[in-house]
Amino acid sequence: MLTIKNLHASAGGAEILKALDLEVKSGEVHAIMGPNGSGKSTLAHVLAGREGYDVTEGHVTFDGQNLLDLSVEERACAGLFLGFQYPVEIPGVANNYFLRASLNAIRKARGEEELDAMDFLGLLKKKAALVEMDPKFLTRPVNVGFSGGEKKRNEILQMAVLEPKLAVLDETDSGLDIDALRVVSKGIESLRSPEHSIVLITHYQRLLDYVVPDVVHVFAGGRIVQSGGKELAIELEKNGYAAFESAASA
Amino acid sequence: MSPALTRNDPWVERFTTLERTRSQEPAWLQSCRQTAIDRFAELGLPTTRHEAWKYTNVAAIAKETFALAPADAPVAAEDLESLRVPDLDAHEVVIVDGRFRSDLAPASSTALPDGVVVGSLASALTNGDLESWLEQHPDREDLAFAALNTAFFQDGVFIRVPKNVVLDRPVHVQHWRTADDRALLATPRLVVVAESGSQLELIETYGGSGESQLTDAVSEIFVGANASVQHVKLQVESSRAWHVAAILARLERDARYASHSISLGAAIARNDIRVRFEAEGGDTTLNGLFFATGEQLVDHHTVVDHRVPHCTSRELYKGILDERGHGVFDGKVWVREQAQKTDSSQTNRNLILSRDAIIDTKPQLEIYADDVRCAHGATIGQLDADALYYLRSRGIAEAKARSLLMRGFATDVLTAIASEPLRAALERRLLERLPGALDLEGDQ
Repeated sequence: MLTIKNLHASAGGAEILKALDLEVKSGEVHAIMGPNGSGKSTLAHVLAGREGYDVTEGHVTFDGQNLLDLSVEERACAGLFLGFQYPVEIPGVANNYFLRASLNAIRKARGEEELDAMDFLGLLKKKAALVEMDPKFLTRPVNVGFSGGEKKRNEILQMAVLEPKLAVLDETDSGLDIDALRVVSKGIESLRSPEHSIVLITHYQRLLDYVVPDVVHVFAGGRIVQSGGKELAIELEKNGYAAFESAASA
Repeated sequence: MSPALTRNDPWVERFTTLERTRSQEPAWLQSCRQTAIDRFAELGLPTTRHEAWKYTNVAAIAKETFALAPADAPVAAEDLESLRVPDLDAHEVVIVDGRFRSDLAPASSTALPDGVVVGSLASALTNGDLESWLEQHPDREDLAFAALNTAFFQDGVFIRVPKNVVLDRPVHVQHWRTADDRALLATPRLVVVAESGSQLELIETYGGSGESQLTDAVSEIFVGANASVQHVKLQVESSRAWHVAAILARLERDARYASHSISLGAAIARNDIRVRFEAEGGDTTLNGLFFATGEQLVDHHTVVDHRVPHCTSRELYKGILDERGHGVFDGKVWVREQAQKTDSSQTNRNLILSRDAIIDTKPQLEIYADDVRCAHGATIGQLDADALYYLRSRGIAEAKARSLLMRGFATDVLTAIASEPLRAALERRLLERLPGALDLEGDQ
């Protein structure tokens, strides 16, 4: 599904990703854990194609395509989804309108029929129920006046509607109370299937109690320094990142 | 400008040649016109040396020699049709080159409630209805183009809504400028009297196809005690025409006046909008949305005069500037010494789409009372790069994402307009002009 080889990327002249390798197979759930400033969010934005990041070396293959050749929207249409750590507020654009425009752009790219307003509404209601989102948020401008938790829930709603092949969720669990975490986890789990892959970028082991990963990676100094099973997350929670950070800088 | 310099002013000369025509008019009107041309002779056409015209250069207008637009110009049915609002049930009247054309009024223009007048200004002049209303807004002394209108206007619309009458359909005044080889001046004049307790929704659409045509419009609006006037003005004239307009409103006790000015057309569009509170409890909303592209210039100068206590004013102007488009916003709010408990806010927000676009914005508050709540501010920005990235990361193509953000920016000015068909029509007009936005049409 996703193959990253020797990826180097910089922003503002500083190298942030340093020789990163990662392989995510179809149907797998990977967790990437690491301290602040280690480059986890940079990885997410480099994958999504945000401007301002320079890939200086390496390759990224997504579903058989050279991901780095694609524009931001082409990546989304190819089946990549980024759940934002800080979802953006968009005044004047209604959430439901935005989601339908998004879904139809992706369906069109897949060669599927666009959904009309009625069919879309049916789908949206079903997905909103899944993430227990109050329908009033659907007609409001995207993320405007949403609490932190509501914004994260909105990210998961988008993911649930778009059903991407690969979802990269950047700290979607940060700042959530336990009820919201449970709901968000349920949304993530609903995508889990042999056709869909998920990369959870997280700071906290707590999410992984609800969404049990197949592989856990420790990210430090711009690359993956160790990979293992779910027990690695528990060890990190107990002992922290200090040992890995010194290993990365060594 | 000194009188010595204005003796040869072509407008003053033109005025002199029309003396015989004017002698047929009522004495009070002749005196109004004389005062106006004297004032114009004193003021002259504005130049960029005038503070209020610093950013709006009308040299192109001053250079042109205009004839007065003749009556009864032929006009194509599809041009008039283009001014109408689809699905809007309105009382429609048609003004061509400043003249009221009952011969062209759509069939909808029948059956007004008893006592309501929506008719030709020329006929109101002769039956004596206008003497107490024309030229009754005190704050017009500096408006050279308005003086020119008073000196030369032939026709327009007179609207009167009697006491406690609520018009259930809006009145839609559709102005069309015909194309002509000559440069022509049209001077539509609107006088609107909403008597106490009455309610009126007024829509004005200004369109046209010609080039080097000048429209010099004046609308005088009197809102009686506890009456309400909602006024939407859409200006979509040819991008080679000039449009100068004054909207002068006076509000009596507890009166409400809302002005929505949507300016999309004309090479130069200048609007002077002035609201004067004559008694306590008045409430005004001044909203505006303008778009300038190519070499267009759109200028709004607004004045809200709080001269009595307990009045409220809310002002929101939004501009979108593309290519070499130039926007000007100058908003003045006066809070006079006796205007305690004034509640006023004023915001101007601008979106710049190109490196060459210009916005000059100047919100101004002058407060002489001490127990008031006033806020004002202006912003200038580009499309939000984070929002653009966010939309694109959801598969929405860049051009469409840009259009969505532009529409989103404009939306809150339009949502303040209550009528759904009108709002949809205004949005469509805007989307027709915004780069790459047409595919959003009807898509909500």
